[in-house]
Amino acid sequence: MKPGSRAPWFLVVPGVLALAFLLAPLLALLWRAPWGSLLEIVRSPVALDALRLSMITATAATVLATLLGVPLAWLIAKAQLPATGLVRALVLVPLLIPPVVSGVALLSAFGRRGAVGGFLYDSFGIQLPFTTAGVVLAEAFVAMPFLVIAVEGGFRSLNAEFDEAAGTLGASAWTSFRRVTLPLVAPALGAGMVLCWARALGEFGATITFAGNFPGVTQTMPLAVYEALESDPSAAIALSLLLILICVVILVVLRGHFLRPLAST
Amino acid sequence: MKKLFGVLAALALVVGLGGLSPSQAAPSAPVPTGTITVSAAASLTDVFPVIAKAFMKKYPGTSVKFNFAGSSALVQQIIAGAPVDVLATASEPTMWQAVNAGHVGKPLLFAKNTMAIAMPPGNPAHVTGLPSLTQPGVLVAECAVAVPCGAAARDLLAKNSLTVKPVTLEIDVRAVLAKVMAGEVDAGIVYVTDVRSVGSKVSSVTIPAGQNVTTTYPIAAVNDSGNPTAATAFVDYVRYTPSALGILRAYGFAKPW
Repeated sequence: MKPGSRAPWFLVVPGVLALAFLLAPLLALLWRAPWGSLLEIVRSPVALDALRLSMITATAATVLATLLGVPLAWLIAKAQLPATGLVRALVLVPLLIPPVVSGVALLSAFGRRGAVGGFLYDSFGIQLPFTTAGVVLAEAFVAMPFLVIAVEGGFRSLNAEFDEAAGTLGASAWTSFRRVTLPLVAPALGAGMVLCWARALGEFGATITFAGNFPGVTQTMPLAVYEALESDPSAAIALSLLLILICVVILVVLRGHFLRPLAST
Repeated sequence: MKKLFGVLAALALVVGLGGLSPSQAAPSAPVPTGTITVSAAASLTDVFPVIAKAFMKKYPGTSVKFNFAGSSALVQQIIAGAPVDVLATASEPTMWQAVNAGHVGKPLLFAKNTMAIAMPPGNPAHVTGLPSLTQPGVLVAECAVAVPCGAAARDLLAKNSLTVKPVTLEIDVRAVLAKVMAGEVDAGIVYVTDVRSVGSKVSSVTIPAGQNVTTTYPIAAVNDSGNPTAATAFVDYVRYTPSALGILRAYGFAKPW
């Protein structure tokens, strides 16, 4: 500890308490874990199906959120919309409302009798609930705000002169965006994508409400954990450990690259 | 003489309370009071609050709170130490899990239920009976087999030699009903009592008794209850009083005995 930065007790005590509070449940999981049968549970068809589905849907949701979210972030940061503050607040709504409410809202919009979903179903026979596409939609809805907020911060801190310089040198708007703007916001984009992916991976409420629960089709890891809890709690703990392990690996692998900008924004 | 008086007083008390079971006639049977929490199967969501209201009227000073969920989730909560006083499940196997784990007292059977097919109003997929559920394009919701309504649905289809591929396996029967009411599935396998409780919000097909399966509902006091007197009183009230029986009948539950 450097001199002059002595931590006062009124910060140390609650701070340590907070750390203990955050870690205790995770340590308790390790303590209760069925270590003997762990591999067997994790390698069961239900677990592998759920893991595969979780990886695919979280990645697809992140791709969808990136393709749509980056332009939205740019609009909020740069386009001088008439009500930027309001738009930014609206983007945060799916992040703040309970995920089960998101699921109900998605049903109202994209369900078979929903405003958009009804049209899709009647015209093309497309039904999103109970499909893997429905899972991706639910995850993207809940996770996209993380990406938009992170990338918007990156766009806002950009210096407009780079873009103008590229323009005077004859670059088209697309080239300038792709070659100048995007590389400059890459750290923010990376952080946003990681957050978005992690949130999509953990999505439960909106998924089970909108997409249902069927192994191999819509049963992602969190849904498998929840169902296992009803019949075989030790299997639920084993699957939970797998999810935690994935998150820890991501944190470790990316800590030096993508997570630093979060600390500065 | 004093002893005889005590017995007579207790007897008078029991008679005054409206004829509880003989096992309640212990000389020191205390009057239930205070709050209890009842963990009850999702299919009891509508009927139990009505019974609780009658119970609280009979025993002023008591208060009943509920925790409704799929039966197996309720059992796991109690095994994990949830502060609950009474457990009522929708099947005997789920109750036996709690009994075998040493968490509840002797269960009493108090109701019986059978299955029905629920459809969105207007029955868009023209479901007419169990065989309709096997048709391609008919979206079916069932409970996961871990919960009693899922086990019952599995038994029901096996009994009729039908293979149905549901689009979703929900975590309790009310979630199946919700998917039906939202019109997102064409049919859901639920209890007859669920169909009855939501009225015109769903259409339904009755399954003939010969093809149908039943499930029985046990209720038991939780051993670690902080209020064993009121817990036992509630269990006995549900099982033995004509009032509770009448309410259960009114909601479509049958007698299990």
